[in-house]
Amino acid sequence: MLEIKNLHANINGKEILKGVNLTVKPGEVHAIMGPNGAGKSTLSSVLAGNPAFGVTEGEVTFNGKNLLAMPPEQRSWEGVFLGFQYPVEIPGVSMVNFMRAAVNEHRKYNNQDPISASDFLRLMREKREVVELDNKLANRSVNEGFSGGEKKRNEIFQMAMLEPKLAILDETDSGLDIDALRIVSEGVNKLKSNDNATIVITHYQRLLDYIKPEFIHVLYKGRIVKSGGPELALELEERGYDWIKKELGE
Amino acid sequence: MTVVKQYTDLYLQAQGLINKHSAHILNERREAAFTLLKAVGLPSMSCQDYAHTDLHAMFAPDYGLNLNRVEIPVNPYEVFTCDVPNLSTSLFFLVNDSFYSKSIPARCLTEGVFTGSLREFAEKYPQIADKYYNKQAGKRQDGTVAMNTVFAQDGFVLYVPKGKVLEKPIQLINYLISETNMMVNRRILVILEENTEAKLLVCDHAVNDADYMINQVAEIYIGENSHFDYYELEENSRKTNKVSSTFVCQKAHSNVVVNGISLTNGVTRNNIFVTFKGEGAENHLSGMVIADGEQKVDNFTNIDHAVPHCHSNELFKYVVNDNAECAFAGRILVRQGADKTEAYQSNKNLCATETARMYTRPELEIYADDVKCSHGATVGQLDANAMFYMRSRGISEQEARLLLMYAFSSDVLEMIRLEPLKERLRMLIEKRFRGELSKCRGCSVHAPGDCH
Repeated sequence: MLEIKNLHANINGKEILKGVNLTVKPGEVHAIMGPNGAGKSTLSSVLAGNPAFGVTEGEVTFNGKNLLAMPPEQRSWEGVFLGFQYPVEIPGVSMVNFMRAAVNEHRKYNNQDPISASDFLRLMREKREVVELDNKLANRSVNEGFSGGEKKRNEIFQMAMLEPKLAILDETDSGLDIDALRIVSEGVNKLKSNDNATIVITHYQRLLDYIKPEFIHVLYKGRIVKSGGPELALELEERGYDWIKKELGE
Repeated sequence: MTVVKQYTDLYLQAQGLINKHSAHILNERREAAFTLLKAVGLPSMSCQDYAHTDLHAMFAPDYGLNLNRVEIPVNPYEVFTCDVPNLSTSLFFLVNDSFYSKSIPARCLTEGVFTGSLREFAEKYPQIADKYYNKQAGKRQDGTVAMNTVFAQDGFVLYVPKGKVLEKPIQLINYLISETNMMVNRRILVILEENTEAKLLVCDHAVNDADYMINQVAEIYIGENSHFDYYELEENSRKTNKVSSTFVCQKAHSNVVVNGISLTNGVTRNNIFVTFKGEGAENHLSGMVIADGEQKVDNFTNIDHAVPHCHSNELFKYVVNDNAECAFAGRILVRQGADKTEAYQSNKNLCATETARMYTRPELEIYADDVKCSHGATVGQLDANAMFYMRSRGISEQEARLLLMYAFSSDVLEMIRLEPLKERLRMLIEKRFRGELSKCRGCSVHAPGDCH
């Protein structure tokens, strides 16, 4: 589904990713871990098409298509979803209008007519329940005045609405208390299927107690330096990242 | 001075004709205005208040003036359709600068209220007209206002005698129709005596593809304890230029809303003057500008807190796109002794492209001690983070821009106290941003035979 080969990327001329390789197949859940500044968020931003980052080398194919050649909206239409570490507040744009615009552009890309008002409301209601998102929040401006936990739940709600093939969740666990973490993780698990894939980017093991990835990757200084099974996450939790640095001869 | 000379020469030649087709009170005020016009001319761009609008270029072309009041063979009531539900208004037309008095549909207006031709009003109520006509405008040392007084032959009057309440909003459509380039000198006079209520919506519509130059003066007098809403919607052609001066004089405990929305125009300069003459009065002044292409909109506002315990609240928002160039200047004067004044001003602007230009100049002059005043002005761009967030959800760049621009400007609509109008404007503004608005569909004027 996703194939990243030798990806190099920079921001403001500073190279952050220095040759990332990663393959993700349908039905898989991958976790990318690593210390601060390793390039985890840069990787997710580059995959989603944030124009602030520049790709200097390498390629990314998504279901056989050149992902890097697509504008962010087309990546979304093709089935890529980024759950933001810091969801953006958009005063004056209601969640309803925001979601309707997003859903309808997806439908247009798939040659479908715009969704009817009643179907849309039904869909909103149904998907809200996935993350127990209050109806009041749906009527407010996008993320405006939402608590940290509500913002993250809102990300998963949007994911549920758009039904992506590949979800990249960037530090979705940061700033969440234990209840919110449970709700968000359960939401992600409910949306999992054999046809879609998830990349979870996180600092800590605790999210991985809920969302159980089969593949763990350690990103360090812009490269994936170690990959393994779930036991790798436990080892990182126990021993930190220093032993990996030692293995690398630092 | 040559630009002005074509107008002063015209007046000297056509004085008899102008007077013949007007009313005594209007004619009586021309001489002083003419003397002023000759003396001061039109302000140049070196004058700070007009630094961003080239009046000389606007008035230079050779426009035709319909001084002989040749009747335009059109019945606006027949070609006009207002297809927005729930906006039920008493509708009147100025065709160019003449009041359209034929075949006005029968309607129940409140007794004693006058809505109609300025010329007729001046003849029917000479004492009232004499008391109010040109009393605010005449004090203004501005060549554009003087020129209007020199040439104005007719216009629209809303007169509400004391104690009367108009439930239904009045709507005045300024219908511009001409085969050749034309200048109109339009005059609006609003007189609300004490304990009255009224709402007036003024819409500008230009049809045909001629170049129009509008020179408008509106004088508004609001008596004690009266409520008045004044909404002005500019939805002209891009070949229509406009200079407008609106004077509002408020007595004690009056409450006034002035709202101006510029959607489509060529070059526009609006001057708005608010003067508080009695304590406890409130004014809510707001404006929205959506400009793209080569549009220019320049709003100049002046609020004079001459007495204590008055409240003014001012909000102007601009979305400037493409090569459009816009300006805002907001002056608030709190005079000595005007204690307990509350005056708030905010001007927020969005420059959506690198070539869009916005000039803003807030000015507070405060000579009283015990006041609450604030002002703020910002010029910004579309939020790049918000853009990426929306696009990452599959909202196209164009649609994301549109949603953000709409969100930015829409809080001006909250200043509108007429619900159906607010709803209609929401729709119009969205269409405007989508570029689907060639004419205001909300109250579109169709020439006969025009397909809808």
